[in-house]
Amino acid sequence: MEEAVKELIDENQEYVINMGPQHPSTHGVLRLVVSLKGEIVKNVEPHIGYIHRGIEKMCESITYPQIIHLTDRMDYLSAHINNEAVCLAVEKALETDIPDRIKIIRTIMSELTRIQSHQLFWATYGMDLGGLTCFFYGLRDREKILDIFEETCGSRMIVSYNCPGGLMYDIHPNFQNRVKEFIKYFRRTLPEYDQLLTGNVIFRERTMNVGRLSLEDAISYGVTGPSGRASGFSCDVRKHEPYSAYDRVKFNEITFNDGDSYHRYLVRMKEMWESMDIIEQLIDNIPEGPYAVKMKPVIKLPEGEYYQRVETARGELGVYIISDGNKNPYRVKFRSPNFVNLSVLNLISKDFKIADLVTIGGSLDLVIPDIDR
Amino acid sequence: MPFDIYDFTSFTQWIDTSLRSSMSPAGAVAVEFLIVGVMILLFYAVIGLFLVYAERKVCAFMQNRLGPNRVGPFGMFQTIADLVKLLLVELVPIRNADKFLFNLAPFIVITASFMAISAIPFAKGLHAIDLNIGVLYVIAVSAMGVIGVLLAGWSSNNKYSLIGAMRSGAQIVSYELSVGLSLITIVILAGSMQLSEIVNAQSTGWFIFKGHIPAFIAFVIFLISSTAETNRGPFDLAEAESELTAGYHTEYSGIKFAFFFLAEYMNMFIVASIAATVFLGGWMPFHIGSWNGFNAIMDYLPPFIWYLLKTFFVVFLMMWFKWTFPRLRIDQLLTLEWKYLLPINMMNVLIMAFIVLMGWHF
Repeated sequence: MEEAVKELIDENQEYVINMGPQHPSTHGVLRLVVSLKGEIVKNVEPHIGYIHRGIEKMCESITYPQIIHLTDRMDYLSAHINNEAVCLAVEKALETDIPDRIKIIRTIMSELTRIQSHQLFWATYGMDLGGLTCFFYGLRDREKILDIFEETCGSRMIVSYNCPGGLMYDIHPNFQNRVKEFIKYFRRTLPEYDQLLTGNVIFRERTMNVGRLSLEDAISYGVTGPSGRASGFSCDVRKHEPYSAYDRVKFNEITFNDGDSYHRYLVRMKEMWESMDIIEQLIDNIPEGPYAVKMKPVIKLPEGEYYQRVETARGELGVYIISDGNKNPYRVKFRSPNFVNLSVLNLISKDFKIADLVTIGGSLDLVIPDIDR
Repeated sequence: MPFDIYDFTSFTQWIDTSLRSSMSPAGAVAVEFLIVGVMILLFYAVIGLFLVYAERKVCAFMQNRLGPNRVGPFGMFQTIADLVKLLLVELVPIRNADKFLFNLAPFIVITASFMAISAIPFAKGLHAIDLNIGVLYVIAVSAMGVIGVLLAGWSSNNKYSLIGAMRSGAQIVSYELSVGLSLITIVILAGSMQLSEIVNAQSTGWFIFKGHIPAFIAFVIFLISSTAETNRGPFDLAEAESELTAGYHTEYSGIKFAFFFLAEYMNMFIVASIAATVFLGGWMPFHIGSWNGFNAIMDYLPPFIWYLLKTFFVVFLMMWFKWTFPRLRIDQLLTLEWKYLLPINMMNVLIMAFIVLMGWHF
């Protein structure tokens, strides 16, 4: 019996449990070594690397158009936005002029990606908190976006729809109608999300004042995206450094000052409305023209360093390319939002209950393949 | 053979007298025990299977799904197929587990619910044991299940299980008070703890209508706290799959897991039957004052059907909770009990006592 007790308790008289790499609430293969005192979390130590595939290293041996297909596999819920980041970086390096048609289609696709990512967030967040019904409502609506993707891109989640200089194929003739139908449908069903979860007393009790992240900490740790904006950190790249067609649409950057789990959740809920506004402004204004600019058969970037940042559904994704003039990059570095957002987990979940650790982890909306890359 | 679907008293009397006429009194009692035991066991298994099926269908209905619909008509045999699978699954031995307690735990859980079901009046005269302290007996026996849960968590040699078991212990001990007090409210009104007496007292009107507002408050509190006591719905912290994978039964497999699973559903059925018996008139049909025609139509349904209808109504309510609400946190759960439900309940008992004293009830 004494041996068993020794195994359970570490030198600080804390009860150590491993959450993950296989655990229902880590949404992937993240391993959290949690030290507990009773139910109270004393320390969280994330162990990452269970799905490390060496994407950055692999990029060094392949060409630029090929890199795009690897970026899908990082944050698989923002696949299109990751593609776009690499394309924008390459186009910036080559100083290619991109026609409006491509820019607008890219923006619409990005916003659709953002909506489906937030829908899945809502679905899994409800499930993390024990409300299993949310999962099915979220996936019901997400299915509609995936159908639109399938029709136009040929693939549902890992779309790979971009290529340097434009898009892989033209949009499907049905695309505009399908998107308009979806917006009409989702404007009707999004209030259901609030009725089921946002207004629920138990949900509010569970999330309000849980895992508070101050503005100073958000900035010093570099937490971006909805998680950063909930703390009042105005960090929307779409607003501050507009790319593609974001400079010609009107939308609000959603920020709150509380920085708790509830407001991180609320930012995402409100962003879905904003994304729908953006799509509605653009969907009728797609000009005619080619869907891709003619590029050289072998793309070689001039010698130098290039950086492009975009706003994915989880925060700021930076693509940093060093080129030595060859068809392969010399070095590629992705500044992934999830890796940075994960770093605050220990800070904000200390002294909360173990159930709150799940709430906080869920509210950061981590995608593990993006952390490990 | 005097068989009457509306009153089983004469039928059971007939069985008793015919047995006693053919064998010694001790032998007759032994045979009766056997009959009752087998009947309850069968009932237990059938209701358990049906509840699992019902839960899956209700849950599918709440979640925009179809639910099981492939095995048999409307997927009715799905649970039987699941049961066969559970029987065939390997029982995984756990290293460093306390073998004796590990194997004992599921039996304690299932025995507790089995004992509780014997005190429930299913229909007029259909009642395995009619104790004069029936309410007290049911509360006492159903609380025994927590020992099994604690043992399961302790003996599995699993950290998640231990946390789940400790949560469950705190939860059941707390909510037992509210269950007891809300039943006491009705015991005051009925003036008896005997379940058959309580049902008979409701022939002129169900206690939930008879007992003014206090009875309604007691009903709501009973629903909340009995949901918590059965580790279900928004109070399933002991399992909490998103936090503790499966809580106290993480390490159980095969038929041992099935015991926990079945006991959970049967506990839900038992508390629903108690709610139906104590608050909703048990097997009494629904009557409205002097509407004699309406009352006669209501009387036409056999008491057993009335009992099942009411019980499944309460079961449906509990499923509705489970599939709508997110889970509470342990401190919120205890706050709800000790700071809200318990004081309200105590006041409620006083008010009910006052109403009964003044004769203000209907």
